[in-house]
Amino acid sequence: MSTVTQLSYDEAVARFEPVIGLETHVELGTNTKMFCGCPTEFGAEPNTQVCPVCLGLPGALPVANRAAIEATIRIGLALNCSIAPWGRFARKNYFYPDMPKNFQISQYDEPLCVDGYLDVDVDGELVRIGIERVHLEEDTGKSLHVGGSTGRIHGATESLVDYNRAGIPLVEIVTKPVPGTGARAPQIAKAYVTELRDVIRSLGVSDVRMEQGSMRCDVNTSLNRPGAEWGTRTETKNVNSLRSVERAVRSEIIRQSGVLESGGTITQETRHFHETTGDTTSGRSKETATDYRYFPEPDLVPLAPAAEWIAELKAALPELPRVRRQRQQADWGFSDLDMQSVLNAGAWELIEATVAAGTTAAAARKWWLGELARHANETDTELDALGVSPQAVAELQGLVDAGKINDKLARVVLEGVIAGEGTPAEVVTARGLEVVSDEGALTKAVDEAIAANPDIAAKVRDGKVAAAGALVGAVMKATGGKADAKTVRELVIARLS
Amino acid sequence: MTDVTKLTAAELGRKLAAKELSAVEVATAHLDRIDAVEGKVHAFLHVDRDGALKAAKDVDDARAKGETTGPLAGVPIAVKDVITTKGVPTTAGSKILEGWRPPYDATIMTRMREAGLVMLGKTNMDEFAMGSSTEYSAYGPTYNPWDTTRIPGGSGGGSAAAVAAYEAPLAIGTDTGGSIRQPAAVTGTVGAKPTYGGTSRYGLVAFSSSLDTPGPCARTVEDAALLHAIIGGHDPRDSTSIPQPVPDVVAAARLGATGDLSGVRLGLVKEFAGDGAEPGVAAAYRESVDALVKLGAEVVEVSCPSFKFALPAYYLIAPSECSSNLARFDGVRFGLRSGDDGKHSLEEVMQLTREEGFGAEVKRRIILGTYALSAGYYDAYYGQAQKVRTLISRDFAQAFEKADVLVAPTTPFVAFPLGSRTSDPYQMYLADLYTIPSNLYGGPAISVPAGLSEGLPVGLQIMAPTMADDRMYRVAAALESALPPLTPPAL
Repeated sequence: MSTVTQLSYDEAVARFEPVIGLETHVELGTNTKMFCGCPTEFGAEPNTQVCPVCLGLPGALPVANRAAIEATIRIGLALNCSIAPWGRFARKNYFYPDMPKNFQISQYDEPLCVDGYLDVDVDGELVRIGIERVHLEEDTGKSLHVGGSTGRIHGATESLVDYNRAGIPLVEIVTKPVPGTGARAPQIAKAYVTELRDVIRSLGVSDVRMEQGSMRCDVNTSLNRPGAEWGTRTETKNVNSLRSVERAVRSEIIRQSGVLESGGTITQETRHFHETTGDTTSGRSKETATDYRYFPEPDLVPLAPAAEWIAELKAALPELPRVRRQRQQADWGFSDLDMQSVLNAGAWELIEATVAAGTTAAAARKWWLGELARHANETDTELDALGVSPQAVAELQGLVDAGKINDKLARVVLEGVIAGEGTPAEVVTARGLEVVSDEGALTKAVDEAIAANPDIAAKVRDGKVAAAGALVGAVMKATGGKADAKTVRELVIARLS
Repeated sequence: MTDVTKLTAAELGRKLAAKELSAVEVATAHLDRIDAVEGKVHAFLHVDRDGALKAAKDVDDARAKGETTGPLAGVPIAVKDVITTKGVPTTAGSKILEGWRPPYDATIMTRMREAGLVMLGKTNMDEFAMGSSTEYSAYGPTYNPWDTTRIPGGSGGGSAAAVAAYEAPLAIGTDTGGSIRQPAAVTGTVGAKPTYGGTSRYGLVAFSSSLDTPGPCARTVEDAALLHAIIGGHDPRDSTSIPQPVPDVVAAARLGATGDLSGVRLGLVKEFAGDGAEPGVAAAYRESVDALVKLGAEVVEVSCPSFKFALPAYYLIAPSECSSNLARFDGVRFGLRSGDDGKHSLEEVMQLTREEGFGAEVKRRIILGTYALSAGYYDAYYGQAQKVRTLISRDFAQAFEKADVLVAPTTPFVAFPLGSRTSDPYQMYLADLYTIPSNLYGGPAISVPAGLSEGLPVGLQIMAPTMADDRMYRVAAALESALPPLTPPAL
């Protein structure tokens, strides 16, 4: 193999223009599966949520879940798509052990929703991402390949399959190719997926949790020289967080630019993203393209959503996130820059919920973008995965506002909450962090401090009020930081005047 | 003493209701008959003696308590082995499902159990219902009770032979291209393919989803109608099931049995007027039409030019669907598993299982269908066949403007000798020449005995518009009343 030139990201995007595309799978939160009555809850014992239909037993037949069709139409409408007046499910045929029937019921040339768009704010600028299609299909089971070096099917000594997930309704949202993003391609990809997640969450049709796999993203990337035709694209799978979306695009741009710069060609293939290293490795090659032999699913009647139904669903759509954000920004009194940093940090809905729990927007922002963001950064976690609920943040701020704890103590309390020690109030109690507000105890500490520092006390008596700071410090030390500094200061001055 | 096994289902139902017979007696008589003749017929793959006797006793107990029971409560039935039966082996005639006991009952099975029908066992069939002679069963052929050197038709040869050999008064078949009607014709029995969607496919091991239709096999038209009424009707578990009640087929059969067909217009399909049929079959066809005319029917000739494309279109659509439907037989979750010895990969186990488990005809159709659905060939094959299907439906619609029912021979030839057509698939496929159009269209069709040719039974096929199943029962019952009954020679 010839040596590959390694370009930096800046060099890569200076010499090549990326074209990105995103295919996002969203598991719907319906009560039952797509084609049978099995429950869809996450985390049940393997193969306990199965029946003849989702196990693909001989003779079993699918019946389409109306709630899933409705949810898909609502997603399509929220993404400004046209809803097909008539369409069919199709079978996608391929052999894999986690596919009970060895075909997936999906949609092919007759998707439910087509030709829409999603407006995305990227650093205050509006970017419109075209939506090619939104279609409905069934999820597969989950395979676990034991033994072998790769954890993949080849070389495994044992394969275990859990069919609980098989048949859960899955919506696939495919963008049109997005050219012209230049160096911002990774950022735009992330902003799109974030916005899409928020839109779907606002519809209440899925919990859209990437870490649980209820939202999954495949990222297509290609590079071309300026003015040249679009290049060959790769499809990167296993992108399981918003951050990873950004990293995966970036890493693929760097990798492909190196290959192209060295005179090589890009293979059309599936690649796997690795969270730990942040790079991608080759999966199965698509050069010998799999022929899925799609054909209309003969076990299901065509879908023909009535125009009135679609109109009803459209009229009932909730306020969509962009509109809601604009309204809230005004309500909260945030500047554009404030709002941008909130969004970049993934803190918007967390702040929204914190405000709803009774805190001011400014205080909510202070916590989520301050202490919590720092902690998220340090531990490489998303804000919403820290294990701190908006309610807890509101409670924490409430304790500060009530003078029960001071800001410094609040940070300690928050550490306790993150460590899973309970609610803020519980942490305060458990760690004995409540400020000393007992005047008697404080007065005693003040008197002791004055007695121990007669020189300083004399200065204060002489009107050098600034000198009181040393006495306050002494009191704070004596109370283990649990006193309210302002109160202490008042007490000291009152004593010495 | 009457031979219980010679009684019709309707007669058995009446005697059971009158407590002249017990369900246990009736079941026992049929089980004994099975023991006596199975060596010569081999209609069954599995006889569920214990299950049958228990079900019969339950019916007797219910009747003793005065609980209301239906017209066929306590009547035995044989079920084609392509219908899932909870806890009872279901193989679809294939080695790949050997030993599989389904955890659930097909909808029609549930309905039959609720109606008090007593299942004797599961009948032999061409593997996955692919064939016209039952010679493609992985478990050996069934023999025609009229001449045990000849085939009983297929794919439902077991069900037809069981009924013809008095092993059961009723049986369930499934018809994808003629698998109920052609066996009925060559065994001198009655077999009806209901309107597609008129009987539930839930629990029918799929061959070709857009064509498969379960239906009744019997020795009389009325018996077929009684069974049809029990198994038919909307099933929410089958999305292609029609949400309408089944027409009153029993009343239609009884009306037909009065022998009056005045005002009924018979459409003779010009393209099927005996061309390609054996002379004896063509002659029996003409004589049965004459008999119907004598009962008052009018005759009109109809032309269905697209019918000549039915066979090729069928052999693209059915294999295409089966190539996908049969993908689930991979050794992972149920049935046969080959090569699981720690030396083979999962993919190899799937391959070995399918290689060992499927027979030659099934493999032929899977390969054909896989090819027809492939990118680059889809439009020319599967797509084109779907267009033909539309044209055939149009031919039917136009013909039914002129005629109430269409008539044609059921199959071009009488029961042929075992082994005479297995080496040439096309010769085998021709057996379904006249039955396939109704499957592609979705309308109901019935085969009713129409006399003998060279001592072997011939069937007349009566086709009706979708959801007009009652019409064909009326005409079939009228013909039955006009012709002498066919009785096979003693085994």
